[in-house]
Amino acid sequence: MTGNMQVVISHVTKRFNSHTVLNDVSLTIEAGQTVALIGPSGAGKSTLLRSINGLNSFDEGEIRVGSHTLLPNRSHHACPGARQVRRVFGMIFQDFQLFPHLTALQNVMDAPRYVLGLSKADAEKRAMKLLDRVGLAAKAAAYPQELSGGQKQRVAIARAMAMEPRGLLCDEITSALDPELKNEVLSVLEDLKREGLTLILVTHEIGFARRAADRVVVLAEGRIIEDGPPHEVLDNPKAPRTRQFLSQILV
Amino acid sequence: MNIRLAWARGVFVAGAVALATMLTLPPAAAEAPTKSPPEKSPLRWGADSEGGAPYICKDPQDVNRYVGFEVDLAAALEKPLGRRIEFVQYDFKSLTAGVRRGDFDFAMNGVEDTPDRRKALRLSRPYYVYTLQLVARADEKRFDSLEACKKAGGVVGTLEDTAAERLLDQMGVEKKVYGSQVEPYRDLEIGRIDAVLLDLPIATYYAKPNEKLKFVGPARNPGYYVIAFRRDQEALAREVDKAIVELAKSGELQRIYEKWQIWNDEQKRLLDSGVSDFLTESGKQWNFARYFPLLLKGAVVTVELTFLSMLVAAILGLPIALMRLYGNWPMQLAATAYVEFFRGIPVLLLLFFLYYGLPVIAENFHWTIGLKLSPMTAAILGFGLNYAAYQAEIYRAGIASIPVGQWEAGASLGMTQLHTFRRIILPQAVRVILPPSTNDLVALFKDTSIVSIIAIEELTKEYQILAKSSLKYLEIGFVTAMLYLVMSVPLGYLSRYLERRWGKGR
Repeated sequence: MTGNMQVVISHVTKRFNSHTVLNDVSLTIEAGQTVALIGPSGAGKSTLLRSINGLNSFDEGEIRVGSHTLLPNRSHHACPGARQVRRVFGMIFQDFQLFPHLTALQNVMDAPRYVLGLSKADAEKRAMKLLDRVGLAAKAAAYPQELSGGQKQRVAIARAMAMEPRGLLCDEITSALDPELKNEVLSVLEDLKREGLTLILVTHEIGFARRAADRVVVLAEGRIIEDGPPHEVLDNPKAPRTRQFLSQILV
Repeated sequence: MNIRLAWARGVFVAGAVALATMLTLPPAAAEAPTKSPPEKSPLRWGADSEGGAPYICKDPQDVNRYVGFEVDLAAALEKPLGRRIEFVQYDFKSLTAGVRRGDFDFAMNGVEDTPDRRKALRLSRPYYVYTLQLVARADEKRFDSLEACKKAGGVVGTLEDTAAERLLDQMGVEKKVYGSQVEPYRDLEIGRIDAVLLDLPIATYYAKPNEKLKFVGPARNPGYYVIAFRRDQEALAREVDKAIVELAKSGELQRIYEKWQIWNDEQKRLLDSGVSDFLTESGKQWNFARYFPLLLKGAVVTVELTFLSMLVAAILGLPIALMRLYGNWPMQLAATAYVEFFRGIPVLLLLFFLYYGLPVIAENFHWTIGLKLSPMTAAILGFGLNYAAYQAEIYRAGIASIPVGQWEAGASLGMTQLHTFRRIILPQAVRVILPPSTNDLVALFKDTSIVSIIAIEELTKEYQILAKSSLKYLEIGFVTAMLYLVMSVPLGYLSRYLERRWGKGR
């Protein structure tokens, strides 16, 4: 999986009945970049993120991920070509979505084993290494309901990483966590960033965005209204809508 | 109190009957052999002497006298009873009706012990074990058993309203029914019928000495000859029961039967067992040790039926649920129709249709396959189809209860839909599905009791049969209920355990 792993979103529009969720969105993200998508709720951040992974369809435009292309699809089913794209980007959800009937270790090793076709021993080795990396080697045998929110999210990251993606799509992954648990998850992300992964995050953690993001993209009403390095967008926003939004969340 | 009352009534009735006898009957009617003149009024014994050897028939040497093993038995009973016994000629077929009418005190004429008679009459302990003997012409080569005779299309003669006739009916053998025991053997001899099935004593007397006839196969289907009293004559019946035991103990019975050449090992067993505890009620022949194995046999059928039906339902339910959840609209419609139809019709109707209806349809449309399902197949199919509708709904609810996020998580890991379903969704759905399915299993377990309508002898049917033969409705009913509970209660606990274990903690 070499080559240019750029993400190119061109003129993507998505409507839900009469409501336009994404309105002619174009965005190019270079490999290795960390991009924070921020904006008021209902702005279309999550929809855009999920579209990159083919979990949402869209009505117009095109999304290219490396050499794979996602095309618009009128039905509500996943976009064609989604499976290839998903090999490039893993996805982390706000509510973890660990498999409750499997242990932490099984959660992580299941896809490598059955999707990539690794042997049980290899899959287990890979999974243990990743659990160790997110600091949860000791919890390998635990079931999700025995883990704290922060631990669950770290297992979810390990699970996504087990597929050896080139990047992660993170959909408000700390929103469901108590403040003291957020940092354990965010520090894992910073670690992955250092490794060179492309990270696209929908987040409300402005502090984290300022510290870790290369780029902050502000969405409102389905459009990109501001796009730039964190110190510009967060400290010196040009658009009034951005200022309004930031003033609301930075009370 | 009750016994005393019954006894008093018995004495009163006996006295009244005796009085009536003296007033209405000519002395010539009392032809039973007598020994010592007892003080009490004579007992009146109803039997049919017409062609009645070796039970009772006119003495060829003296037409005013009667001979037969029952005549000897009656004479022997006089001593322990301390009463004279008078013979009353009565039509064989109406003997039991005659007892109930009070035309005589008791009937003793090869009266067979049957459940319906036990209900209507007070039967004595058995005094003879009869078996049924098939007799054919000496040169008969087509068959060597009743079954083979049936296959050969033979017509079998017998007596009306006897165990032999009932056996022929049961087996579906073509029969010819006679009013007395002489004619069937005569018709057999001249080739009008192919065999005769009658009680061994009759065969011994009429067929054995005849060179043109032969016994075919061993005697079969043993049963008891008993003395029949009215139900309110408990006291008299007990006296007679006691007297029979005494005659058995003293060897008098054996002497009589040997004299008439009807003594055999069966009698020996009867009398041996009788000496110890035969005075207890006749219903007690069906003691626990005897009926419990039969109930267990029924229980095994019930369990087999339940689990095989559930297996069919569990397998059939899944594609129906999946069609309803993920199919295109015609599939959804078909699956919904299936569920509504099979959930909406009584399973009894379905069983009737599968068992009795299908062969008729096959016949009407001239299909090459007969569709004659065996009772077990029809039952398993019927319950399977019915419960598949319930299972499909349980599956559907279970699968739908898994959050869509789980599908997305699987998809984002590159899993196919099928893989996600198999590895992620189904294992979780099973936890939701299992408790209500166990409930269904318990319901099905009890529902199986209706299959007796298509001739399966499962636990409830076995209970009905046993209760009718023993009249121990309460006792055997209780044991049957216990058997059901012993099996269904653990299932119920399993269901609750699964619910506790898997129902929460997601």
